[in-house]
Amino acid sequence: MREVHYQEIVEKVADMCQRANYDLGEDVVNAFKNALQTEVSETGKDVLLQLIENAEIAATERVPMCQDTGYAVFIVELGQDCHITGGSLYDAINDGVRKGYGEGYLRNSIVGHPLERVNTGDNTPAVVHVEMVPGDKLTIHMTAKGGGSENMSALKMLKPSDGLQGVKDFILETVKQAGPNACPPIIVGVGIGGTFEKAAYLAKKSLFRPIGERSSRPEIAALEVELMELSNKLGIGPQGMGGRTTALDVKIEIYPCHIASLPVAVNINCHASRHKEVVL
Amino acid sequence: MSAKHISTPLTDDVIQSLRAGDRVLISGIVYAARDAAHKRMIELLDKGETLPFDVQGQVIYYVGPTPAKPGQVIGSAGPTTSGRMDKYAPKLLDLGLKGMIGKGYRNQEVKESIVKNQAIYFASVGGSGALLAKAIKTQEIVAYEDLGPEAIRKLTVENFPAVVINDSFGNDLYMEGTEKYRQD
Repeated sequence: MREVHYQEIVEKVADMCQRANYDLGEDVVNAFKNALQTEVSETGKDVLLQLIENAEIAATERVPMCQDTGYAVFIVELGQDCHITGGSLYDAINDGVRKGYGEGYLRNSIVGHPLERVNTGDNTPAVVHVEMVPGDKLTIHMTAKGGGSENMSALKMLKPSDGLQGVKDFILETVKQAGPNACPPIIVGVGIGGTFEKAAYLAKKSLFRPIGERSSRPEIAALEVELMELSNKLGIGPQGMGGRTTALDVKIEIYPCHIASLPVAVNINCHASRHKEVVL
Repeated sequence: MSAKHISTPLTDDVIQSLRAGDRVLISGIVYAARDAAHKRMIELLDKGETLPFDVQGQVIYYVGPTPAKPGQVIGSAGPTTSGRMDKYAPKLLDLGLKGMIGKGYRNQEVKESIVKNQAIYFASVGGSGALLAKAIKTQEIVAYEDLGPEAIRKLTVENFPAVVINDSFGNDLYMEGTEKYRQD
């Protein structure tokens, strides 16, 4: 049994929180640059240039690219032969978030009670999903998920008879509804199948995949490309001010489902698609 | 398309000279306020009390900045989704608020109130908080310090970039822009 110490997780998580907010991934920056080549709207081009400049300032000056430094969401792959010592995994992650957000001058955006709405003051608790995997490694994936785009996400329990067309219609309708609110160009995360909560989890999980990385299933990869093209025909454009760049990517994850069900979840991400990972 | 330089407080002449789609560079004072601050302001008005600052002729920026690092005026400070303030905006516009900066759709009631009160709604680029912070030269907390990032701040801005979304004539860039580039 391999051992990973609590404090090591705290330090890595704290570092990830800061890097996620300062260093926009190359996949996203490249997607902005590619979009600049195809965007036809002058306002849209202006927005893309501003986003590229913004990412440069954030990385150089070590400041958050966006004031919404997000809900810290983690997907942890815990090897079944890995033992965490010195405390619980959840506590370690929350300690890391507390440290990272505090030391990194990141905004605390979490309220401790959804109705009483008092800020917890340290951006905790994080949302943590743990998947048990073979092996002795601990892989931590983190995203700083913005609230504006999260709010534009949706889930629908379709009928099996709605089929592929029903799925496409719902995804596009959600993108359309999100419009400028979700800070386009967006990344569209989709979960199809499973149960109510599984579909939502898959949609979130898909957003951890880098932009441009297609599903390993050919039919789903084709659907991702098709939905991206259809999204970009909606005219919404960068920041919703009109243009051809509405989505930088569409990501789809699927799972088997009940004979009676066809759940579809759409988790919208803003252009600041922040995802980092460490392997311990 | 070059940007128009405008100053706050906004005069009716300036407001009437602007159209949906115009790019502007705003200089002067704007007030930072978002969800919780709006809720408190409207509660004050409902009790017949006065607001912590006079909104007459002013511009409110929907923003909750990150904490400033040592040596910085303000942390990252991009716009938040304006629609969450729709519930409160018409009341403030009736009191003389002239401008709002945020991002995203406004509801029909706000759009009508913008026309009725000869006001204007701007959007700046959501997510470009590091860049936009550079246009903020001073900040001072005016009220509700306990709200942290949601406190009301008086900001001095210089050449703050924004785009007119809803003008005083009822035009809406989000509708027009999407219509223009939609491919059926």
